[in-house]
Amino acid sequence: MSPILQGIITIILGVGGCAGYFYASNLVLDRFIFPARDDDHGRNINRATMVRPWLFLAPAIFFLGLYLVYPVIGSFIRSLYNRSGDTFIGLSNYLQMFSEEGFRVALFNNILWVIFVPAASTFMGLLVAQLTDRLKWGNVAKSLIFMPMAISFVGASLIWKFVYANNPDIGIINAVRDIFGMDPIDVLQLQFWNNFFIMFIMVWMQTGFAMVILSAALRGIPEETIEAAIIDGANPFQIFFKIKVPQIMPTIVVVWTTITILVLKVFDIVYAMTGGNFDTEILPSYMMDFMFRDDGRATAVAFVIMVIVTPVMVWNIVQARREMR
Amino acid sequence: MDNIAGQKSGLSLVTNLSVIALVLIWLIPTIGLAVSSFRERAQISESGWWRAPFSVEQAYRVSPDADGAVQDGDTWVLEGNVFDSSEDASGEGSVSGFGITSRAPGAAEPGMIYARYEVQVIEDDGEQDDTNIEIAYEEGSEPVFPETDEDGQEIVQDIPPIFDRSLQVMRNGDFVYRDADEITRGPSIYITAAQPPEFTMDNYETILTSDNMDRAFINTLTVSIPATVIPIVVAAFAAYALAWMDFAARGFFIAMVVGLLVVPLQIALVPLLTFHQTVGIGQSFLGVWLAHTAFGMPLAIYLLRNYMIGLPRDIIESAKVDGATDFQVFTKIVLPLSFPALASFAIFQFLWTWNDLLVAKVFLPSNSESWVMTVKIADDLLGSRGGDWGILAAAAFVSIAVPLAVFFAMQKYLVRGLLAGSVK
Repeated sequence: MSPILQGIITIILGVGGCAGYFYASNLVLDRFIFPARDDDHGRNINRATMVRPWLFLAPAIFFLGLYLVYPVIGSFIRSLYNRSGDTFIGLSNYLQMFSEEGFRVALFNNILWVIFVPAASTFMGLLVAQLTDRLKWGNVAKSLIFMPMAISFVGASLIWKFVYANNPDIGIINAVRDIFGMDPIDVLQLQFWNNFFIMFIMVWMQTGFAMVILSAALRGIPEETIEAAIIDGANPFQIFFKIKVPQIMPTIVVVWTTITILVLKVFDIVYAMTGGNFDTEILPSYMMDFMFRDDGRATAVAFVIMVIVTPVMVWNIVQARREMR
Repeated sequence: MDNIAGQKSGLSLVTNLSVIALVLIWLIPTIGLAVSSFRERAQISESGWWRAPFSVEQAYRVSPDADGAVQDGDTWVLEGNVFDSSEDASGEGSVSGFGITSRAPGAAEPGMIYARYEVQVIEDDGEQDDTNIEIAYEEGSEPVFPETDEDGQEIVQDIPPIFDRSLQVMRNGDFVYRDADEITRGPSIYITAAQPPEFTMDNYETILTSDNMDRAFINTLTVSIPATVIPIVVAAFAAYALAWMDFAARGFFIAMVVGLLVVPLQIALVPLLTFHQTVGIGQSFLGVWLAHTAFGMPLAIYLLRNYMIGLPRDIIESAKVDGATDFQVFTKIVLPLSFPALASFAIFQFLWTWNDLLVAKVFLPSNSESWVMTVKIADDLLGSRGGDWGILAAAAFVSIAVPLAVFFAMQKYLVRGLLAGSVK
C-alpha cells in the first residue's frame, strides 16, 4: 500500500476512531450504565459525572503513560542489561561510560552548550526585542529574525555548512578571510572553537523564540514605572537594565530554561555538521552512536540526559502547582 | 510615545542601524542558500553566491578540428576561431586568457604568443635531462628563457631550446596554432572567458527527478499530516477534562503534563522500539504516527488547557444549566471557541513533525523508500553529494519551503501559541 493512501486511511481511522470513541463511550455512559431516568436519576447523573473525566482522559493517559512514563522506567531497566539484553550487568554500562574519553568530551561539550546557547539566545532575543520595540518596521524585523524557527535543524545545518565552507568561493567566512589575504580555514575542525560555530546555529534558531516572548513581556511592563524613571532622569540604559529587566525577570527565566531543555534534546545539528567528529560530540549525538548497536549503552546515555533534565522538571511542576493555587 | 523625554534621535539612528545589521546577519545565510540553489554547478565553484549577479570567469577546453592544418616551413599551422569550435564556450565572444595546459588555462593574455619549448635542465642529482617549459611573449619579440624552470631546476643556457608548439589567441577568439610535428589530431586549447550570470532550475530538476527527493517529500508529508491531526483530537478532550471537569486527580494530572513537557525524547527511543517490535508494528509509518502523537501530547494538552480555562465561565455554566451534557458543551461551545489554540498547536506539531530527524530515523524503516527529507539530506545527500553545493542547496530548499510558507502564513497563531505556552 502506498504511504499516502495509508496516511489518508490513518487520518480517517484515527480522527474517526477518536471521535467515535468519545461519542460512543459518552452515549453508553448516559444511556445504559447510569441512565438519568429511573428512580435514582439524581444519583446516576452524579455517578456519570464522576466517570466522565476518565473517559475524556483515557486516550491521552494511554499515550502519555505508554510513550512517556513507561520509557523512563523501561530505559533505566534496559540500561542495567548488556548489549543483547539478556544478561543483567548492574551499573557496568554506566561505569564503562564514565571511564570513556568520548563520554567525557560529550559531557563537557554539553555543559558548554547548556551555558552558551541559552545565554546567547536569551541575550540576543532581549536585545532584538528591546531594539525593535519602538521601531516602525519592528514587526518586519522581528518576523525575519523569527523565521529560522520554522526551519529544520538539518536544514539550518545545511544553510550554515555553506557559511562555514572551506572554499572561499562558497563560505562567506573564508571569503572575508581571503579578502584580508588569510588562508582559508575549516572552522569545523578548529579544536574547541568548532563547538561555538556549531552552537551559533542553535542560537540563530532560538533567538526568534526568545525575542517573541520577551517582546511580549516588555510590552506588558506598566508604562507608569518607565515614565516615573524618565522623570527621575534615568537614561535609556538605566531604564532598560534597572526598570525593565527586573520586571521581566520571571519571563527571562522561563525562556532560559525552555532553551536549556531543548539544548539537551537536539542531536540533529551536531549529527549533520560534523557527525560528532573533531571533538564536537554532545550527549544526544553520543547516544545516537550507540542506538541500534548497543541498546544498553544507548539507554544509559539517555538516562543520564533524563537525570540532568529532572531538576528543571521538578521546578516546572512546583511553579505550575503554585500558580494553580 | 514617539517624542517622550529620554528618546534621543541619535539613539534612534543607532537603533535602526543595529537592527538592520542584525536582520542582515540573520538573513544572509538563508539568502545564500536560496541563491546558490538556482546557480549552475560550474558557476557555484567559480565565484561566491554574493557575486551571482556578475559575470564569472570560466575556463573551457576547446578542441578544433585538425582538418585545416597546413605546412609552413618547418612547422604545421592550424588557424580558426575557438568560439566556432566549441559549443560550451560562448562568453560573449570575448577571450580573457588562454593556455595549452589544464593546469594554467588562462596563462597568457589575448594577443600574446604562448609557446612550449623543450630545454635541458640540471636535475637535483646533477644529471642533465630534457623538460618542457611554457613561455608567453608579445608577437614580434623573441621568447626570453628564464634561468630556472618552475621546479627551480637550472636551465642549461648554451643548448638551444627546441620549439615544440605555440598558440596565439585573439580577444575575438581567432587563433593560430603551430606545431613542430604534423597536426593529425585536434590540439587542446584552453581559454578563459567571462560568462554572464546564469540562473537555472537544473538543481531542482535533478533533485526531484533523479534523486528520489520527490519520494522523500511525499514521505515527509505522509508522516506529518496524521501526526498533526490525531493528537489534536485526543488532547482536546483531555484538555477539556482538565480545565472544566471536577475530579479528585485533576491537580495530579496537570502536574504530570507539565512534568512530561520536558522529558527528553531520547529516553523513549529504545523501550518503544522494542515495544513496537513486540506488538508487531515494527519500524513503520504507523509507529511514527503513534510516537509523534504521544510526544506531542503534553504540549497539546498544556496549550489547550491553558486556553480553555480562560474561556468565560458564564457561557459554559449557563449551557449546563440548560441541560447540556459535558460532551455537548465540549463539542458545541468549547471546541469552536478554542480554534486559535487548536491552530497554534497544529502549527507547532506540523513544524515539529515535518522537521524531525530523530523520530523518523528510529521509528521508520531504514531503507531509502521510507526516508523522509531530513533523513535523506542528513544520511544520504551530505555524504554522496557532499561537494555538490547546488544540489544540496536545492534539496535543503525543497525541505524548508513548506514550513516557511506555513510560518509566514500563520505567524499570528504561532506567536500566540508560544505566548500561551510560556508566559504566565
